[in-house]
Amino acid sequence: MTTLQDPPVESSPEIGRERRRKEDQRLITGRTRWTDNIVLPGMLHLAMVRSPFAHATITSIDTTEAKASRNVVTVLTGADLGESQGTLINAWAITTDQVAPAHPPMPTDRVSFAGEIVAVVVARTAAEARDAAELVDVEYDELPAAIDLKAAARDEVLAHPDLGTNKSAFWKFDSAEAGTGGDVDAAIEKARGDGIVIEREYRQQRLIPAFMEPRSTVVDPTGEQITMWSATQIPHILRFALAATTGVPESKIRVIAPDVGGGFGGKLQTTPEEWLTFCIANRLGKPVKYTETRSESLMVAHHGRDQWQKLTLSAEKDGTVTGLKVELLADLGSHVSLVGGGVPVLGAFMFNAIYKFPAYQFNCQTVLTNKTWTDAYRGAGRPEATFAIERLMTELAAELDVDPIEIRRKNWITHEEFPFMSVAGLEYDTGNYEAATDKALEMFGYDDLRAEQKRRRESGDPIQLGIGVSTFTEMCGLAPSRVLGQLNYGAGGWEHAAVRMLATGKVEVVTGASAHGQGHETAFSQIVADRLGVPFEDVEVLHGDTQTSPRGLDTYGSRSLVVGGEALVRAVDKVIEKAKPIAAHLLEASVDDIEFADGRLSVRGTDQGVAITEVAAAVFAAHDYPEGIEPSIDSEATYDPVNFNYPHGTHLCAMEVDTETGGVKIRKYVCVDDIGTIINPMIVAGQVHGGLVQGIAQALWEEAVYDDAGTLVSGSFVDYLLPTAADTLSFDVDHTSSPSITNTLGTKGVGEAGTIASTPAVVNAVVDAIRHFGVDDVTMPCTPERVWKAIHSRGAGGEAATEGAAAPHFDAAEGTEGAGA
Amino acid sequence: MIPAEFDYLAPTSVEEVIAALAEHGDDAKILAGGQSLLPVLRMRLNAPEVVIDLGRIEALRGVRDDGDAIVIGAMTPHSVVGGDPLVAEHALLITKAVEHLADAQVRHRGTFGGALAHADPAGDLGAPALALGAQFVIAGAGGTRTVEADDFFVDLFETAIEDNEVLTEVRIPKHTGWGARYEKFVRVAHQWPIVAIAATVRAEGGTIAEARVGMTNMGSTPLRARAVEAALTGQPATEDAVRAAAAQAADGANPPSDLNGDADYRRHLATVLTRRAVLSAAGA
Repeated sequence: MTTLQDPPVESSPEIGRERRRKEDQRLITGRTRWTDNIVLPGMLHLAMVRSPFAHATITSIDTTEAKASRNVVTVLTGADLGESQGTLINAWAITTDQVAPAHPPMPTDRVSFAGEIVAVVVARTAAEARDAAELVDVEYDELPAAIDLKAAARDEVLAHPDLGTNKSAFWKFDSAEAGTGGDVDAAIEKARGDGIVIEREYRQQRLIPAFMEPRSTVVDPTGEQITMWSATQIPHILRFALAATTGVPESKIRVIAPDVGGGFGGKLQTTPEEWLTFCIANRLGKPVKYTETRSESLMVAHHGRDQWQKLTLSAEKDGTVTGLKVELLADLGSHVSLVGGGVPVLGAFMFNAIYKFPAYQFNCQTVLTNKTWTDAYRGAGRPEATFAIERLMTELAAELDVDPIEIRRKNWITHEEFPFMSVAGLEYDTGNYEAATDKALEMFGYDDLRAEQKRRRESGDPIQLGIGVSTFTEMCGLAPSRVLGQLNYGAGGWEHAAVRMLATGKVEVVTGASAHGQGHETAFSQIVADRLGVPFEDVEVLHGDTQTSPRGLDTYGSRSLVVGGEALVRAVDKVIEKAKPIAAHLLEASVDDIEFADGRLSVRGTDQGVAITEVAAAVFAAHDYPEGIEPSIDSEATYDPVNFNYPHGTHLCAMEVDTETGGVKIRKYVCVDDIGTIINPMIVAGQVHGGLVQGIAQALWEEAVYDDAGTLVSGSFVDYLLPTAADTLSFDVDHTSSPSITNTLGTKGVGEAGTIASTPAVVNAVVDAIRHFGVDDVTMPCTPERVWKAIHSRGAGGEAATEGAAAPHFDAAEGTEGAGA
Repeated sequence: MIPAEFDYLAPTSVEEVIAALAEHGDDAKILAGGQSLLPVLRMRLNAPEVVIDLGRIEALRGVRDDGDAIVIGAMTPHSVVGGDPLVAEHALLITKAVEHLADAQVRHRGTFGGALAHADPAGDLGAPALALGAQFVIAGAGGTRTVEADDFFVDLFETAIEDNEVLTEVRIPKHTGWGARYEKFVRVAHQWPIVAIAATVRAEGGTIAEARVGMTNMGSTPLRARAVEAALTGQPATEDAVRAAAAQAADGANPPSDLNGDADYRRHLATVLTRRAVLSAAGA
């Protein structure tokens, strides 16, 4: 039913307008309230003492010297705080028999990852706290550590000996059992006889979210309500969890996420540092601040990805897919964190992607190890799924020696088939894969680049060219609450919005979505300006404070616009409905004759009317309004989505590979994403460009590497390679539009799309460039060393990273500028 | 990221620096541009009691012509060295190396002498300085002495500068008219080189009359590929001839293994990058 419709709100001046973000001046200049900027009278500072060992028994902690250090107020251990510190929660036990270790913010007897907190220093300045932290003397008995994921899954060494196993939960979806498709084992068996079976194992390396603003928490216990400021994505969930685990009534806790400098899922967490700051501030009765260092952030803020994916795809000889079986091992790290176990499950519904698999099975074993715990990272489960299927479809094309675009066309859902019930049981509402692909191919100059690739191959050019394809879809707009309930998730997926019509003609919008760089203030102002007919400048968007915004489920999973935006639309519509009887009263007309357009309530067929802002002023004075209704047109709405939301797109990457060095260089990158109606093209472009870079970075640069002892080797930006603008190129970004039919504005999420789509496009391009050397995979990140080794017939370039950190540029003993200038 | 407490001295003359070093010895660290020392302090990898900042000593800044050499003051920022016409005319290899050193912010704060005295084998200036036969002028209690490049780099982060001495300037013998190329291999732009090759060539017609080749991150110090230099002398600047000479680039080198590649991969890279650097420097 979907076609390339025009945006539904075509006459509107704001929706679709390329506005600069109103929040950027304060965010970019830093002249705002980042948590670490907050200074309160008498405020104390914390420094954490952390375990250098991945797994050890704590035999003693001597705090004497630290306590005597200058301006130290106290030094506290897990034994000192006991149960008053509360406990960290897992909000999504993916199975009822999930095995999970207890998760105190600060353990008393045993540490289970390097970086775990064993003592906290409280001092009058941050510097003095840090000085004293070095004086805390902790003795450990080191225990064997479970580091390697596959070995941990075999229970060779236990991450938590008392649990008796590292296996936390096994989660399965089978299309035959669910009634959404056939028997996958039968399909594979049949294909072994008369078709094609592609079997692969891919590594999703561990990544570090690496948000720009390190995490910071301030707690002020001196008022009736305890106030926590935190650099978090989830102030509402944080407040709930604090109340639920500390015994402090929820009504006595106010959580504020002031301006927050990025998260990418990395601040979708409830952290030991937050719990300890809360506990210690209450214990001492004074405001307390903790701000992590960048080194701490890389080491202990949760990591993402970290899976082994065993994949079996069956097809007929003509390339028609018949089955897909997925067997995952997912590394939880040391604990089952807030939604840690659920991240791979979010991918369970997406491996089948845009293709018409008649049979599908997904199996996932989550595994505890002695590493930093993993949780959401931009895309959360869906990038892993998209990588697997887009790599597999490319391998199927290679097996059949057909173009990777052709194998996709043969198997994808055509635009006439929407709405389409997928083999994983999701109803895709709209989409048009043909249109996005056709547009991308044209922009890319696909045929010319294929011709160049052929020429380079034939001439044996040291620089080979590869072309990578990724025709992704994803599920976003988390989430229908009933679906979350079926998945045993601990909360719902609704969102809340309120609209306050101020007497002076201004409009305050309150959203439960908690922006941390996305541009909510601008995009939501555009929506409200259009729908309410007020100037963009007159709309103020408030968020991130549980006192201002009492209801909300925060920002993640590309949900703010498609769920929070819909709540906002509904709240605005309620304002208009509430204004009608008052306008009728003022205009001495019948309510039935009142119509609303462009900010005015008018009597149908006359030139008589009143601005909605005038109605707001009238109910403020409340001198003259109808009997029997309240003198207010303020409104609120809570929206629970009925379905996810399915953006899609076609991404094409041309990659030059230097066969002499293994060096790779992206030559051209084109993407055509269908995200339905676009509110602000500039914000969308920012999301797409940034998302692409983050996904490309997984393909080429980033990896959190641990040594055998469980020490994070890539513990600084010297070894954890983040790209900068100098390492990327100008992407060719465009869109097709099949507006979503699950929300009023026709929008689809875009926050994660670039990251989800780009990783397989890039790896497919690298492999395509060197496939004629007999290469069918390069392990991520595709380092020059791995690419070079792959060319020279050593598998996928080696499973593990070459051991060891880079030369110690900042080495302790020698790391100075010498005794010279 | 808060350093441990230290005392801060900001002398305005080299004499004062020498006096401060004499007083504090091992407990003092010298601060030049701070691009390596400050991270060390902030990560608390080292906690000197005294930091001696050279930033106020004007005499240590600038580039000057000194007959058969150019002289670069130790406190001259990379950005000044990179844009200096004397350097470009007489030591083009330095200009080329500075062009891609770290990023623009580091190039404005970091100093020529500070980077060389830090002696990170992955630093971008050691190999060019070695290839050009730089001389290091070092001041101490007994006056100044000059150390040849071959003797300056001792080991990882270790130079011929003693605890009570300070590097004041670097003399680069003029290589006027020599072609140059700094072939730096990185995964991301702001990274230390995985391997880099500094090559400068005096070409006569299509022939390599003289060549100098330095290597970055192929051992615990910058290295000079003397076998390659010898093999190149008198050779035509052709792909085949240079490839044959470059094949010896890694002979005797002892490169590290780390996340960016193992030692064998680096040895291979050195041969490829040497060929490319030399051909480019020769104008081929």
